[in-house]
Amino acid sequence: MRKFFDDITAITGNVVKVRATGVAYDELAAITTNRQTSLAQVIRLEGDEVSLQVFAGTQGVSTGDKVRFFGKPMQVPFTENLMGRIFDGAGRPRDGKPEITDDPIPIGTPPINPTRRLLPSKMVRTGIPMIDVFNSLVESQKLPIFSVPGEPYNELLARIGLQAESDVIILGGMGMRHDDYLTFRNAFEAGGVLGRTIMFIHTASEPVVECLMVPDLCTTVGESFALQGKRVLVLLTDMTAFADALKEIAIIMEQIPSNRGYPGDLYTQLARRYEKAVDLDGAGSMTILAVTTMPGDDVTHPVPDNTGYITEGQFYLRGGWIEPFGSLSRLKQQVNDKTRDDHRAIMDACIQLYAGARESREKKAMGFEPSQWDLKLLKYGELFEKRIMDLAVNIPLEKALDECWEILAECFEPHETGIRRAIIEKHWPKKLNDKSQQSQTVTTDAKD
Amino acid sequence: MPGKIAAVFGNMVTVELEQEVTQNSVAYCCRADGRRLISEVIRVRGSQADLQVFEETRGLRIGDRVEFTDEMLSVVLGPGLLGQVYDGLQNPLSKVALQEGYFLTEGVYVHALPTDIEWDFTPAVEVGQEVTAGDTLGTVPEGIITHQIMVPFHLRKKLTVEKIAPAGKYTVEKEIAVLKDESGQEISVTMEQRWPVKVPLNISEERLLPTEPLVTKIRIIDTMFPIVKGGTYCIPGPFGAGKTVLQQLTSRHADVDIVIVAACGERAGEVVETLRRFPELIDPRTGKTLMDRTIIVCNTSAMPVAAREASVYTAVTLAEYYRQMALDVLLLADSTSRWAQAMREVSGRLEEIPGEEAFPAYLESRIAGFYERAGVVRLKDGRIGSVTIGGTVSPAGGNFEEPVTQGTLKVVGAFHGLSRERSNARRYPSIDPLDSWSKYTGIIEPKKVAEVHNILRRGNDVKQMMTVVGEEGTPIEDFTIYLKSEFFDNVYLQQNAFDEVDGATEADRQRFVFDKCLEIIRLDFEFESKDQARQVMFYITDLFRNWNYAPMDSDEFKKILAEIDEIIATKGKLVKEALVK
Ligand SMILES: Nc1ncnc2c1ncn2[C@@H]1O[C@H](COP(=O)(O)OP(=O)(O)O)[C@@H](O)[C@H]1O
Ligand SMILES: [Mg+2]
Repeated sequence: MRKFFDDITAITGNVVKVRATGVAYDELAAITTNRQTSLAQVIRLEGDEVSLQVFAGTQGVSTGDKVRFFGKPMQVPFTENLMGRIFDGAGRPRDGKPEITDDPIPIGTPPINPTRRLLPSKMVRTGIPMIDVFNSLVESQKLPIFSVPGEPYNELLARIGLQAESDVIILGGMGMRHDDYLTFRNAFEAGGVLGRTIMFIHTASEPVVECLMVPDLCTTVGESFALQGKRVLVLLTDMTAFADALKEIAIIMEQIPSNRGYPGDLYTQLARRYEKAVDLDGAGSMTILAVTTMPGDDVTHPVPDNTGYITEGQFYLRGGWIEPFGSLSRLKQQVNDKTRDDHRAIMDACIQLYAGARESREKKAMGFEPSQWDLKLLKYGELFEKRIMDLAVNIPLEKALDECWEILAECFEPHETGIRRAIIEKHWPKKLNDKSQQSQTVTTDAKD
Repeated sequence: MPGKIAAVFGNMVTVELEQEVTQNSVAYCCRADGRRLISEVIRVRGSQADLQVFEETRGLRIGDRVEFTDEMLSVVLGPGLLGQVYDGLQNPLSKVALQEGYFLTEGVYVHALPTDIEWDFTPAVEVGQEVTAGDTLGTVPEGIITHQIMVPFHLRKKLTVEKIAPAGKYTVEKEIAVLKDESGQEISVTMEQRWPVKVPLNISEERLLPTEPLVTKIRIIDTMFPIVKGGTYCIPGPFGAGKTVLQQLTSRHADVDIVIVAACGERAGEVVETLRRFPELIDPRTGKTLMDRTIIVCNTSAMPVAAREASVYTAVTLAEYYRQMALDVLLLADSTSRWAQAMREVSGRLEEIPGEEAFPAYLESRIAGFYERAGVVRLKDGRIGSVTIGGTVSPAGGNFEEPVTQGTLKVVGAFHGLSRERSNARRYPSIDPLDSWSKYTGIIEPKKVAEVHNILRRGNDVKQMMTVVGEEGTPIEDFTIYLKSEFFDNVYLQQNAFDEVDGATEADRQRFVFDKCLEIIRLDFEFESKDQARQVMFYITDLFRNWNYAPMDSDEFKKILAEIDEIIATKGKLVKEALVK
């Protein structure tokens, strides 16, 4: 069912209005100018006037150009042949290989029935103590990396992506720089996963609207693999570019903005994508890790703010490490009771004490004489940063827990840690404890 | 004659009318493939009506048929509601899954009550008896409760029982009574009835002042910022501060008959947690599983937005229904901000004049109207029932100076404000003890509560002062107050949600432990130095914390209690001595 219409009545921003009949809401169209053919999507119907969001932008569109409607929404092929391939934001190959047309499925499937979801239960080990110990990542989690521009967020994303066990990796790039694309490519190649990776890459030099499809392309393909029983990992970067594209369309459509120009449905739009992360009862799973760059390091900016309300926590990348405050894995409690019996206690105590260390540091910076307690905290803060927080540290969870105990024992008396007695008795490093008692006796002897 | 679609924009459809329509009535947009999408009339102008569609509008075309009904958006009420997981329009999701598999396909509507279960009916009236709306015609056992089958609530006139079914087993669709009104018209009654969700359901003699504490077993709530049966409260907080965990804890431990969880526009995973865990957790009150007293209404963030708006009304109507049976019902809505945002999306598409942050001007009155549906009532037979509403608020940027938080604070009886600072420092539950308030009286004498409140406030002042003058510039008396406030915060306000014992503290234990804390706070330790003061208070904090982990009246509990009493009796003499060594 092909239909042509050429009565274009308005062209504003990336939106074209055309008179047409029999068109369905959300349908896909193609608009052919004398330069190119671009895909477009129906975003409003009013009588016989159809508003189209043109993926390639409206530059060069003339009122006499032809619009063809496909009679169906945007689709993406779904086949094993996708593995190892690279596409652009409109789903066209960008690796020079032939187009894939097998088994097209519509993008943006309905939500999964909550009763068919499983409780997430499998921990993803990353070797990064700030994640494994303090904010464990869990299969099927949806989790963004909040980052100030300039931090090594893509490196971190790639590193976690490679550590996670998965059958399929899907990378979605939005507004990506070519260098970043190469970073991922090289990392995946070195990790030997390129053959089971699928990429949908929209680069910064391409029309803004084209990035709007990227999350849907990734999650639709990912979901289909998950339904087949595969464990899918979706990596998205940068969701702020996606949100900015939404903002642009909303402004053109004259929607009343709710907050700093972003549309009132930003939350819903983001949630519909992130909520695709799932552990399916009787099938596979899809984990979504995303980058959200924070303009001006402002976590209250609408994009990180809405994201934080949607995702199952966030890793807050700042100053070269994952911040203990502000970072959160909401699913950690699903797994950290099954690792080691001291995991939770260490997790709480180390962070509470580190909060104290920061306070003592502030006091010191203001020129106050540190108390005995401050001195302990200051020492602790330094050791904790060097031996645990540093992103270069790459050790398994159990090693990291032991390391935390060592640091605690080097700095505190057991009862000062706030850890309950039963756990202390079992895990407090014995040797060190003896040594400190010895040295105490030694000093008293010396005094005598 | 039905209408025809004239415009589609997001979830809004404009219909060219060919018949009369009623505002807020239900309509169906008929998609070309035969699916009928449920919608609601939200505005009528001339020959056009605007509808919000409770489904994705993908695939609708200009000219598609729209069918109207006379009924407003309604829920089905009757036995079989308990333990169900519904979407915002009361579709039972387990049944939907049996039929449709993994996805929530558009246009699929399933009867809300099981129609195959035969309930054990016992009549409560006789032929010839006069009855009216809300009167009990009979009862059936529904799990943990005795479910009353009531005269349909819309039949407000005098009626006579013409026929009543004898004791026996009936499904919800079977006739169990025939009533005759004054004009002689006969009305057939089954065990189920319908009620429009946006109309408050309350058939009672009078509304009472809510005063009976609703014990949540969360110390900072029950002791410091109590809630009461029939009252209202809100939990605003930035993302990740602990709103949902707090509600999940409350849904488990709250001392009420029935809990209705309204998961409104938030994560599906959080609903999964409840629906997978509750069937395995035993409710100590009944000995049955927690699921047996729970109804989940979920319209998570990926589900259609308009249905999200409806979901809180669906939930509160179910709550009111059980209140008519003289039960105490707790409705937990997470998050009311998502509900408000759904209103904002609709209002924007209607091109209404926006208020602050583009929320509609009627936002506050809608919020007030929702919380107003809470309350304690005395029913016609003298029994008491209550609906308590607790809603979370998710303010943009964590800033409480925004329309939804402010609109909510005006109408609720208690405010549990979560603080980012406290959650960052893992001080859970992160309810801010200085900002939060409650207008209700809880399980502890208000004078005593005021006393610790004062200590907390002064402790905070000292802490602030210390950032200016340093520890050395702070008098030891002030420093001790700071330490005592920290002590109380650490051992009483904070609570380890994941510990079997500490996770839920019964009212009796709260009273007992609170008094012990107060004794410590009132004690003059005669500290000689700040370091000594800190060391001693650390020691006592550690002691109390371990006390919290010991089951009440266990040997461990008694042992620690003895040590605490000893400290109080000697002003911490032994501790001081031990620390010197
Ligand atoms: N009472 C608590 N005890 C321990 N951890 C908590 C508590 N409340 C919240 N948390 C932690 O914070 C995370 C976020 O809490 P949640 O209630 O989901 O936040 P919100 O609903 O405010 O966004 C949880 O996943 C958990 O890790
Ligand atoms: Mg929440």
